[in-house]
Amino acid sequence: MTGLYHYPPTSLHKAPAGLKLIMLAILSTLVIRIESAIYLSAALACAGVFYFLLGTKVLRRLLLLKPLWPVVVAIFLTQWYVADLTAGIASIARFALMILLADLVTMSTPMQEMMDALARLLKPLRHIGLDFTKLSFCIALVVRFVPLLLETWQTHAEAWRARTGRRANWRMIAPYLANVLRIADHMGESLDARGFGIPLLPASRDHQR
Amino acid sequence: MNVVSGNRQLVRICLFAALIGAFGLLPRLDIPLAAGVPITAQSLGVMLCGLILGARAGALAVLLFLFVVLLGMPLLAGGRGGLGVFATPTAGFLFGWIPGAYITGLIGGPAASGSNDRTILFMRAITGTLAGGVLTVYAFGIPWLAWTSGMSFKAAALATIIFVPGDLIKVFLAAGLTLYFNDARRAGLSA
Repeated sequence: MTGLYHYPPTSLHKAPAGLKLIMLAILSTLVIRIESAIYLSAALACAGVFYFLLGTKVLRRLLLLKPLWPVVVAIFLTQWYVADLTAGIASIARFALMILLADLVTMSTPMQEMMDALARLLKPLRHIGLDFTKLSFCIALVVRFVPLLLETWQTHAEAWRARTGRRANWRMIAPYLANVLRIADHMGESLDARGFGIPLLPASRDHQR
Repeated sequence: MNVVSGNRQLVRICLFAALIGAFGLLPRLDIPLAAGVPITAQSLGVMLCGLILGARAGALAVLLFLFVVLLGMPLLAGGRGGLGVFATPTAGFLFGWIPGAYITGLIGGPAASGSNDRTILFMRAITGTLAGGVLTVYAFGIPWLAWTSGMSFKAAALATIIFVPGDLIKVFLAAGLTLYFNDARRAGLSA
């Protein structure tokens, strides 16, 4: 579940998350404006060297983008067709560069730090009712729910196999959903029982009386 | 509809956010007709958000999911995540999921399904999912692709056409599953 975070820490990990985000925003804006295939390829090579120095395999990061390749190929071909080969190379290099730069921040920033940095950014949203305590709670819950959901799926799939002799298929999804929703509702009830989300009483004046 | 307490709704939103992630990580499901068509169950999760949670909660679940991905959890199909995901040429589809779930829920969600006629419920779910889970998502994804890659609008639409058959299968799947799901809940599998 921590596949994107890079361990052991590198020197980039020491930089504050906010600074990294600002740098990323500036660099990305610059990269969008560069048109020359040569500059973009050179920048891409620099990013590659940087990754290499940090000790990560760039190729492995880019392989994660496998599901995108039909679109990437389509972009390359249209650019080539509409303009020329260099335009095709430029657009691919630009995407690769932007993705690698952004991944650099994700790789070197623990989730908690990222959350704190983004919380500062989202602070104005307090006024339209964004509750950060609740948001952090929800994030923790999602992180915990994912392995739980996969486990539950495994259990259902085994039961299905035992009873039908066949592999799990889409028919399983409906009872699975009903079951996990029941688990969620139990959790909701226990939160109710523990008074989660109820605003604390104002330091009670009753006591002083 | 039952009255749902605030905490219940909160946990349900988290559950469905996690479900979108889990659907991306599940070993391939056997879906008939899907042979050779690129298909991830992830957008099925988005459709189910709208259909089962409703417009507002469904959209919030998708938003929460994307936020967790942004924070660095590798929850997108193929184990992708982090800030880089939002720099890809197909990020528009991810953003489109938010209004997509909303519109799906608006037309086909639990609040809209007052009838007990299964045909009407099914048609409503199909219409909602088609309008929200497919059309709305493409309405964000294609312009984003065209804008970020410098392709013409038409070329961008053509480049994404291979995903349409898979999405249409998922529309029927999501609508059918919602009916089954309602049956399962009525049969007392869930309190």
